[in-house]
Amino acid sequence: MVAATHGEPSSVSEWLVHWRIDLQLLLAIISCCGLGLFVLYSASGQSQDVIVNQATRLGVGLAAMLVVAQIPPDWYRVAAPWAYVAGVIMLGLVAILGATAMGAQRWLDLGFVRFQPSEFMKLAVPLCVAAYFHDRPLPPSLSDIVAAAIMVAIPTVLVGLQPDLGTALLIVAAGGFALYLAGLRWRVLLLLLLMAAAAAPLLWYNMHEYQQERVLTFLNPARDPAGAGYHITQSKIAIGSGGMFGKGWLNGSQAHLNFLPESDTDFVFAVFAEEAGLLGVLALLALYSFIVLRGLRIAARSQDTFQRLTAGSISLTFFIYVFVNIGMVIGLLPVVGVPLPLISYGGTSMVILLAAFGMLMSINTHRKLLST
Amino acid sequence: MPADTPIKNHAAERRLFLVRTIVAGLLMSVMLGVLITRLFFLQSVKHEYYGTRSDENRMRVQLAQPVRGLIYDRNGVVLADNLPAYRLEIVPEQVDDLEQALARLGDLIEIRDVDRERFDERMRKEPSFRGIPIRLNLSQTEVARFEVNRRNFPGMEIRAGLTRHYPLGEIGAHLIGYVGGITEQELLTHDEKRYRGTNHIGKTGVEYSYESMLHGEPGSRIIETNASGRSLRELEFNRPVPGQSLYLTIDAKMQKAAYDALGDNDGAVVAIDPKTGGLLAMVSKPSYDPSLFVDGISHKNYNALIANLHRPLFNRALQGQYPPGSTIKPVMALAALETHIIDPNREVWCPGFYQLPNSERKYRDWKREGHGWLNLTEAIFRSSDVYFYKLGMDLGIDNMHRYGQMFGLGEPTGVDLPRENSGLMPSRAWKRGVRNQAWFPGETLNTVIGQGFMTTTPLQLAQMTALMAQRGEGRRPHVLMASEDPVSGSLQSVSTQAIPPIHLKNERHWGTVIKGMEAVVHAPRGTAHYYIGKDAPYRIAGKSGTAQVAGLAQDEDAPEFEDVEHRFRDHALFVAFAPADDPRIAVAVLVEHGGGGSSTASPVARKVMDAYLLGTRVAQTQESVSW
Repeated sequence: MVAATHGEPSSVSEWLVHWRIDLQLLLAIISCCGLGLFVLYSASGQSQDVIVNQATRLGVGLAAMLVVAQIPPDWYRVAAPWAYVAGVIMLGLVAILGATAMGAQRWLDLGFVRFQPSEFMKLAVPLCVAAYFHDRPLPPSLSDIVAAAIMVAIPTVLVGLQPDLGTALLIVAAGGFALYLAGLRWRVLLLLLLMAAAAAPLLWYNMHEYQQERVLTFLNPARDPAGAGYHITQSKIAIGSGGMFGKGWLNGSQAHLNFLPESDTDFVFAVFAEEAGLLGVLALLALYSFIVLRGLRIAARSQDTFQRLTAGSISLTFFIYVFVNIGMVIGLLPVVGVPLPLISYGGTSMVILLAAFGMLMSINTHRKLLST
Repeated sequence: MPADTPIKNHAAERRLFLVRTIVAGLLMSVMLGVLITRLFFLQSVKHEYYGTRSDENRMRVQLAQPVRGLIYDRNGVVLADNLPAYRLEIVPEQVDDLEQALARLGDLIEIRDVDRERFDERMRKEPSFRGIPIRLNLSQTEVARFEVNRRNFPGMEIRAGLTRHYPLGEIGAHLIGYVGGITEQELLTHDEKRYRGTNHIGKTGVEYSYESMLHGEPGSRIIETNASGRSLRELEFNRPVPGQSLYLTIDAKMQKAAYDALGDNDGAVVAIDPKTGGLLAMVSKPSYDPSLFVDGISHKNYNALIANLHRPLFNRALQGQYPPGSTIKPVMALAALETHIIDPNREVWCPGFYQLPNSERKYRDWKREGHGWLNLTEAIFRSSDVYFYKLGMDLGIDNMHRYGQMFGLGEPTGVDLPRENSGLMPSRAWKRGVRNQAWFPGETLNTVIGQGFMTTTPLQLAQMTALMAQRGEGRRPHVLMASEDPVSGSLQSVSTQAIPPIHLKNERHWGTVIKGMEAVVHAPRGTAHYYIGKDAPYRIAGKSGTAQVAGLAQDEDAPEFEDVEHRFRDHALFVAFAPADDPRIAVAVLVEHGGGGSSTASPVARKVMDAYLLGTRVAQTQESVSW
C-alpha cells in the first residue's frame, strides 16, 4: 500500500488508502456478515425485523470500524489505561445495580442505548495489557507479569460474578493472549495453566446451579435429554441431519419447527450447518481462518510492541470466539453463552468486534515509513 | 545501567513475537482440526442417524380410521350401518375463560357430569391446541342451536364423525351384536397396528365374529409438526381401506316375524334353510337396544340390563340349554328303526304309565289315562311317552347317544357366531367321568323323552330338524352368505360346509319318521293339529315338546297350568320343517315357561314358516324394517 511511487494508482486503491481500509479484511468481514444475514433470516423464521435490526447494527459496527481505523494506534495506547479504568467502573456500577435487580445483570442503561460493559472489556483488557508492556523489556519480568495478571483478573472476576462465565473466559483469553504474545515464559505459562486447573473445583463450588447443570450436561448429554441436555441434543440433530450438502436455505426443519432453541443467537451455527451442510461449514471455517490469518499478518508486520500485542490478541481472541461457539454447539464444550462472531444476532458484541477490526486496520495503515 | 530503565531489543522482541504467533497458529490448526473432525463425524458418519432423528422430531403419524363394513340381510336390507354423528369440540387454548364459556354453553346444550369428567381428563392429557370433545352425539336441534350462536363461542366447533347404527334395534341385537369402545385387553389380543387409532371393535354377534373383515385397514397421515406438537402440514396420506360389507343369510322380515311371533314371551326362535344351513332368523327374547353400547353404556342402563330377571343380554338361541323334551322323539324313533328293535307297525299298549321290571316306581305318560294301542306313527304324533319308554329300554343309552351325536346334539354346531353352548347328550362315559356313577335304567327312560341330563340349545334343535328334513344330508349352520370387496365392489360368496352325512341302512326309515312328524300337524289327533294343522296351506312336519322345569312327585297329579308359578312352568318347544316333501325351512321354537309345546310354541313356528313360505307379513315388515 506504500507503493504510491509506482505510476498512477487506481482511484479505488487510492481511496482505500485514504480511508485507511484493509481491503482483504473488509471483504472477508463483509462476506461473513452478509452470510450471517442470510442465516439469520432463516434462523429467525424469516423475520424481517430481525434482519433490519441486525443490518442496522452492522451498519453502526462498520461505521465504528471505519472511524476507529482513522485514528492512529498511538492514541489507543495512550487511551487504553483510561478505557480500562472506565470499564472497571462501569462493571462496578453494573454489579451494584445488579444487586437490586433479580438475577443476572449485564446491562447498563445509558438512556439512549443499553450497553454491556463486559463486551467493552473484551477489547479494553488486551489493549491495556499491550499498552502496559509497550515500554517494558520483553520477555516480561515477574513483577510485570503479576501486574498484568491483576489487570486481567479484576474485570474477569467482576464479569464472572454477574454471572457471565462465557464473557469472563473470553476476557481472560484476550488478556492472556496479550501476555502470551508478550513472551510469557513457557514455564510460567504452564504454571498458570496448572493453577487454573487446580482452581477448577473452587470455581465449581462457586458456580450457580444452572452453570453446574450445563457442565454436567456437557459431560453426559443423555443425562436429561428433555431438560438441560435438550439444547445440545437438538443442536446435534440439526447439524447431523444437514449432512454433506445441507437441507438448503430456509429448509432446516430443526430451526423452523422450533426444535432448536436460541437458533438465532448462540445456536445459529447449528442452523447454518443444517441448511448448508458440511461443505458450507468448511467454507465458513475457511472464511474465519482467513480473517484470523490476516489479523496475525497485520500483527507480524506492525511496528511496535503495543500494535503487535493488540493486533495479535484481537486475532487470537477472534479465533477463540469461533472455536468456543462451534465447540459448544457441536457438543465438544459445555454450553457457555458465546455468540458466533459476525453472525449471531446481537448488538454490543458485534459493534465491539467490528471496532476491534477497525483497530487492526488502523495498525495496518498507520505505518511509519522511517521505522524499517 | 539502572535496573529500572527499560531496555527494549526490538529485533529480538519481533522474533519472539513471530515464534509465539507460529506456535499459536499450530495450536489453532489443531483446534480447527478437532472441530472439523467432529463436524465430519456428525454430518457424514452419523448423518443417517441424525437425519432420522430429525424426521422423528418433525413427523407425526396419525392413523386414519377405516370405515367399518356394513351388514346386510340376504335381500340387501341394512342391518348395521354408519350414520353421521355430531360432536362438539373445544380447543382450550382458543377459549379465554373456559369455565365461563362452558357455563354459557350449558344453556344451549346439555352437558352432563360424565361429559365434563371425560373432557377434563382428556384436557389434562392433550396439548391445548387440540380439539377435545365436550359432547358426543348431538341431536339435530342441539347442532342447530349451537350453530346459530357459534360466533359467541370461539374455539368451539361441531365436528362430524360416524357412529354405528342398527336399524333393526332389539330385533336383531343378539344376532348382529354391537360394537363398543375397544378395551386395553382387546388391544392386546388384536393386531396393534390395525387398531391403533380405532375406537370401536365388535363385541358380540356378527360384529364380533367377522370383526377382522368388517374392520378394514387403517390409513395413515404423516403430519409435520413443530416442537410443541402443532400440526403444520400433511406430508403424506395413505387412504384407509374400508372394511368389507357382509351379506347375511338372515332375512330381515323373517327376523321381525320371529320376534313378533314370540309376543311377550321369553324364548328363542331359530329358522334355518335346511338345504344350505344358512340361518334365516335367529331371535332371543327379551332383547336389548344394541345402540346403547356403541358409545359406552351408562352405568344406570347397564345395571338395569343386568338386574333384569329375564336376562335380556342372554342369547337363548345359542347359549340357552334346555331339555328338548319330546322334540327328540323322532331321532329316537329313527335310532330304534335302524337298530331293528321295533316294528313300526306293531302296536303297543299304553296304559298311561310304565314300570321298570322289579320296580314299583311308575313312569307316567303326560296323558294320565294313557293312549291305548299305538303304532310308531301314532306314538309320534300323539307323543306317547309310554311307547318311547319301552322303545328306550330296548334301544339303550349307548344307541341314543350315538344317534344323538349324529344329529349334532351334545356339541356346538360350529355356527359362525360367538359363545355357542354345546348342550349335553348324556352317555355312560359322561356319567362315569362327571359323576363317577354307573348309568341307571331310569335315566335311560328320562333321556328317551328328552328329559333328565339331556340339554340342547335352540340352534341345535334347528340343526337337528334341518338334518331330518334333508334326510341326513345337512350343511353347517351359518349366517354369512357373502362379502363385498370395498374397493372393487365384487361379491364373494361363502361356500357352505357339509356336516358328516347320516347314512341309514334303510333309507325308508326317514320316510317313516317324517310321516309321523307330518301327522303331528296334519292328523286330526296330532298334538299340534288343533293349533296349526287345521288351516295349514302346506305340509308341515313337526314335533312338539314340553320340558319339565320342576319335577313332579310320584303319583302327583300335574297341576293346572294357570296354578303354577311362572318360573316353575314347563318350557314349550316345537320343531318343524316345511314343506314336508321339499323342505325349504326348518324351525326350532322355545318358549320359556310357555307350558305346552303344541299350544304355545307351535303357533310361533307356524307364523315364522308362513312368513317365509307364504310371504305373509311381507308388506308390513318391509315397511317397518326398511326405515
